[in-house]
Amino acid sequence: MTENNELIRLSAAALADKLAAREVTSVEVTQAYLDRIAAVDGKVHAFLHVNTEEALAVAAEVDAIRAAGGAAAEELHALAGVPIAVKDLIVTIGQPTTAGSKILEGWYSPYDATVVERLRAAKMPILGKTNLDEFAMGSSTEHSAYGPTHNPWDLDRIPGGSGGGSAAAVAAFEAPLALGTDTGGSIRQPGAVTGTVGVKPTYGGVSRYGAIAMASSLDQIGPVSRTVLDSALLHQVIGGHDPRDSTSLPDPIEDLVAAARTGNVQGMKIGIIKELHGEGYQAGVENRFNESLELLRGAGAEIVEVSCPNFKYALGAYYLIMPSEASSNLAKFDGVRYGLRVLPEEGPLTIERVMGATRAAGFGDEVKRRIILGTYALSAGYYDAYYGSAQKVRTLIQRDFEAAFAKVDVLISPTAPTTAFKLGEKLNDPLAMYLNDVATIPANMAGVPGLSLPGGLADEDGLPVGIQLLAPARQDARLYRVGAVLESLLEAQWGGPLLDRAPSLTAPSPTDSAPAVAAGAPASHGGSH
Amino acid sequence: MAAINRDDVAHLAQLAHIEMSAEELDRMAGELAVIVESVKSVSEAAGDDVPATSHPIPLTNVFREDVVGHTFTAEQSLSGAPDAYEGRFKVPAILDED
Repeated sequence: MTENNELIRLSAAALADKLAAREVTSVEVTQAYLDRIAAVDGKVHAFLHVNTEEALAVAAEVDAIRAAGGAAAEELHALAGVPIAVKDLIVTIGQPTTAGSKILEGWYSPYDATVVERLRAAKMPILGKTNLDEFAMGSSTEHSAYGPTHNPWDLDRIPGGSGGGSAAAVAAFEAPLALGTDTGGSIRQPGAVTGTVGVKPTYGGVSRYGAIAMASSLDQIGPVSRTVLDSALLHQVIGGHDPRDSTSLPDPIEDLVAAARTGNVQGMKIGIIKELHGEGYQAGVENRFNESLELLRGAGAEIVEVSCPNFKYALGAYYLIMPSEASSNLAKFDGVRYGLRVLPEEGPLTIERVMGATRAAGFGDEVKRRIILGTYALSAGYYDAYYGSAQKVRTLIQRDFEAAFAKVDVLISPTAPTTAFKLGEKLNDPLAMYLNDVATIPANMAGVPGLSLPGGLADEDGLPVGIQLLAPARQDARLYRVGAVLESLLEAQWGGPLLDRAPSLTAPSPTDSAPAVAAGAPASHGGSH
Repeated sequence: MAAINRDDVAHLAQLAHIEMSAEELDRMAGELAVIVESVKSVSEAAGDDVPATSHPIPLTNVFREDVVGHTFTAEQSLSGAPDAYEGRFKVPAILDED
């Protein structure tokens, strides 16, 4: 067990090296993760589906190729045999895809998302599908129709959202890597509150083909990991042009791994966004943020303040554009082509009435709220005032970014205004929930890339704080270059990765080495919304 | 901008094909009023001279070769359908009998 514990705590890069050197087999690694999932996921609930058989089969295939040696072994991808979890918004052949919604319960996609095809081509065993807010709508995973995910740092707290399952899986050592999707912060904000790394690539940098769409002009698939280098490795697997996504950038992908390995901030200009810290940000978040600035300054970066005056409109504009696009994208769930069909309890069985009953039963409250809001913003008479104005704000936000990036190489801010809050705390206050994304939304509005990495623990509650880096469109490499430097400076200060300080989730006491589930541990399950 | 009321929500729910109970309409109207109020400032943010952005990184003329690509079999397409008949989606009545 000790050995397996060591295996699951290795970074994906370290695992890849051990696999290539044949010090360990992919079956051993994959089994160690499956054992970990069996041991702790009852408490964390990061997974909606565990893909045991297929994951082990892919692992065995990689092991056989490596054992046989020769050209086939040489040609294996660097991450071959390194397991990964996939957010359940991304479609997969052979595993159910629910999007966290009752309307898709038990649905199997007849095709793989492009990113999943790329994982398969790299021969990365897929451990399973991770929990999320229904259709990725939320900041806490509490809007999942299958019950919330619990933050591995404190099981009574939210793991962020919508990709709380992917972030918690990685934080709880249930997977070394995961895929997420980020429409307004759904990769970065869960990364911040779980002490993990998450990257939203430049819009179009990773194919969206096979990601169930929420807001098509904002959605972006990206990597979730425990280290900056691991995100770069995964980004490199999934990135690059895809003809099946008409918004996919034709540019060749940069060498992001090299950027992460040769991080350097000497002489770099890093901008603090005046509007994205201070008032409204928790004291412990501000403290850790200021500490990171000092470290970067010490490493030779010049820190300057920039102003993005239109960012104050970003949240409002986002809550017009996102629901508008979502209301249109979700119209396809009509009880005809896939998923649930519910018949009305009385009256004639017309398609209109079946659709109304199906969508009433299949969608949760937050999804209904956003569909209604979007339908409102797009309706005749309101379109110009709402959707049209929000699109203009988008231009203003892009101009703010342009002006800022004329002065600095990257921007920096706290990823989220607070640390993880208690499950249930903001569930009945949609506006308070929306405020979690205030610092992450501008990047989606402008299409620029963003990375969140752990910045330490807040003094007042001992919970993880996230630091966000933002770069100009198509300059994702800068995020890895700066992120890797900040990560190594912080880890030198902490004496190891931040996740070393997270609770073990299994050991009842430090002296007990048995892998038994802790007696009396809070398996606080059964979220009933 | 006009506030959103219960009748508006009932109308929107009908447009969006979501059946809603009386309680749900009351609750939704209250919540949406608060949200709509909070996004109001957006309409005052930009003047007429600011162009709208619909896509963050615009690409134009995204074409592909005019050849048959991957297609699903009827069986694959129908695999997730709640109801099918002789290789087709089976749909409830389109028109009311009345």
